[in-house]
Formats: sequence, structure tokens, C-alpha cells
Amino acid sequence: MNKTIWFCQVTLTVIVAMCLRIAPWSSSWELFNPDWVLLTLIYWSIALPERVGIFHAWAVGLLTDVLTGQLFGQHALAYSLVIYACLKLHKRLRQYSFVQQGFFVFCGLLLSQLLFFFIKNLRNPAELNADFWLPVLAGTICWPLLCVLLRCFHLSKQTDIEHR
Amino acid sequence: MAVISSIALLVTEYRGSQLNALRLSLSYVVDPLKYAVDLPSSLVNRASESLGSYATLIKENSDLRDEQLIRQTQLLKLEALEKENVRLRALLENSFKLGEQVLIAELLSINTVPYEHILVVNKGTHFGVHPHQPVLDANGVVGQVFRALPLTSEIMLITDPNHAIPVQINRNGLLTIAVGSGQLNQLNLPFLPSNADVRPGDLLITSGLGGTFPQGYPVGVVDEFTTEPNKLSAGITATPKSLLDRNRELMIIWSNSTPVPLISKPNNTEPTTSNNTLAPANE
Repeated sequence: MNKTIWFCQVTLTVIVAMCLRIAPWSSSWELFNPDWVLLTLIYWSIALPERVGIFHAWAVGLLTDVLTGQLFGQHALAYSLVIYACLKLHKRLRQYSFVQQGFFVFCGLLLSQLLFFFIKNLRNPAELNADFWLPVLAGTICWPLLCVLLRCFHLSKQTDIEHR
Repeated sequence: MAVISSIALLVTEYRGSQLNALRLSLSYVVDPLKYAVDLPSSLVNRASESLGSYATLIKENSDLRDEQLIRQTQLLKLEALEKENVRLRALLENSFKLGEQVLIAELLSINTVPYEHILVVNKGTHFGVHPHQPVLDANGVVGQVFRALPLTSEIMLITDPNHAIPVQINRNGLLTIAVGSGQLNQLNLPFLPSNADVRPGDLLITSGLGGTFPQGYPVGVVDEFTTEPNKLSAGITATPKSLLDRNRELMIIWSNSTPVPLISKPNNTEPTTSNNTLAPANE
């Protein structure tokens, strides 16, 4: 019973995150649009480390590749690396304050963005401008908010079950 | 494990297109998301259409009817011109391609990657769309189909930095290549020498070289520029004719790959829904 619940929760939030990823933002916010899918995955890997594993991250990354029409495997690679770090450190990360977590999330997003740039550069030499890093910053700022929201969602369903 | 498999995937896709089948099947999972994200904006559009007042609808209707009449008369002339052109080409013993089929595709208002000028439309391989098809709007060339998925397809705009389109100056037939600049309102013409016969306001049309774009569709208008005599190339730019950021409906073109036979069977040429701008190009 519990298994289906968490599975639905994770799937639902990942779907919402994917929608946010491709939503038609105005052009100024588009530059800041953080990688919602990765943020959601980080949250779930810290909250449910025994359930959400690297394989899930890899599969979601593959779907994100198809969704955004990128080279196959780049999101999968970045997501599985970041989630691996999260799973290794989840006990410590749970004790951290939002600021410390934010720093970790910043590193994770930076790593994934670096990988994207590296892969993009392999295909066709691209120039790197400062705007490219804005999603990392925006993602770090959004992290506490997203964390609180997801925790409310996560725990509300769980207490429902316990009441029953 | 995951790292190795993703790197393997990256390398395979980078080398060739063996993974297309996998991408196609996965796209069945994620394509509904694209439609879901598009839903609010299309609903708003539909609502504003259905809430439009009677008077505005009548006015719009009569405007459209007028416009259609004008277009129709232009098309009458076009048909005669096309026939004449085929005859003249036959005199020159030169084959000529005519007649294109179009499919109207609607833009999905989603936004996949910043910095890349790629649009997603709601027609895919189920409608017979295939990669490298030219895409137009009412004013000119928009881009080409970059990747066709079953339910949607991705279109690379002519302003994408990775896109280049062979063009010709309509006034004198000078051939060159227009490369995307990364800005929606600018194309670069990097291969024009500084003594080339180009004037601001010149119309660029597709030259038909390269085989992707049919000949004679308007691409852009040359901007104002100043030539510097000591420089080899005159950094000339052009503005795209099509409204790249404003229209929702695009036309995907199937160009007739077999040339029209010369004079033997001119009835075979189907002057279907070809663009009215074909006429001046066929000088």
C-alpha cells in the first residue's frame, strides 16, 4: 500500500517538474528557469534514499533528454551523478540547515550545468556567457521553497495513511 | 553503471542515428506533457476567440473575404505565369520544379532549451513529417524540421546559430549563405565580400541549392550597413521576413522531388496551394 503511495507522489512531482521545465516563461525569466526536475530528484533522494535510486534518476534523465530534444544521455549522466552524491551524503544532508543544503544543491546544479556545457561544446564549439549560469543561481534560491512545498506534500499523504 | 550507460548512449547518438527508435518510443511517454503544458495558452486563445463580440467577428470575416478575393485574383495570374514559365523553361531545355504540398502545423507554446532557436509543433511522423523538411509562414521561410517525433516535431529556426540557408539576392541573383545569428531578428551574411553588389533593402530568397529549401521563397531583407574598405568581408546582416516570434501557425512543405516534365505533359503540374510569392522569383 505504502509503496504505491510514494511511487505516485514521486511520479506526480516529477511530472510537474517536467512541465515547469518546458513551460513557456517570459523571455526574462526563461534565462533563470532552474532545472526543476533535478531539484525534485534531489529532494526525493534525500527524503526517500532507500526508494529513489540512481536508476530512477537515470530513467528520468533519459525522459528529460527526449522532452527537451537534447543529445541522448546528457541529462541521464548528470542526474545520476548528482543523485549518487545525494545518496552517499543523505544522512548528513538531512541534518543541515537550508543554507548548508543550499550550498550542496548549488554544487550539484553547477556540476550538471558544467556537464551540459561540456557535452554541448563537444558537439559544436559554443561560447560561454554569464547567462548560462543563471539557472544554477535561481535553482539554489528556489531550493528552500521547493523543499518546504515538497515536504508538505510528502508528509500530508503520510499522515493521511496513519490516521486511517 | 548508470554513468557508463549514459556515456555509451551519448557516444552512440553522437556517432549516428541508431537510437532514433528508442527516442521515438520514449517520446510517446513525454509528448503528452508537451500538450499538457500547451493547454492553458491554447485554452486562453480559444476562449478569447469564442468571447469575441459579434461585430468584431463580422468585421474580421469581411476583411478575410476581401483578402481572399485579392489572393484569388493573384493566384489566377500565378497559374498563367507558371504555365508560361514551364513553356519558357522547355524552350531552354531546362527542368523546373513546381507544386508543393503543405501541412499546417500549430505551434505548441513550450520552451525546451534557452539559447537554441527550436520550436515544437503539434504535427509529427503520424502526419508524414520527416526531418529536413522546410517550414514556412505566410511571410517567408521559418526554418526546417530538425527532428520528427510521432506526435510532435522540432523545428530549427533560420536564426539558430547552427543553421545556414543558401540564399540569393532577388535583384541580381547573387548567391550566398545566410547564417543564423542567435537573435530572432537577425541573419548574418558572412560570405559576402565587401565589393559585392548588395544594397540595403534587397530581398533575399531561397536559391534552391542544397536541396532542402525549394527555390524562390523570401527569407529576409538586407539591413542598413556601412562598408569598411580595409576589411575583407563586409559584416552584412539581414532581417528575417517571417514573424519568427509571433505566429502560431506554420506550414510544413513537401516539395515535389521529381522535376516537372518539360512540355510533354504540362497538365500534370498541380499548382496546389503554392505561395503567392512564387511569381516574382521565377524571372
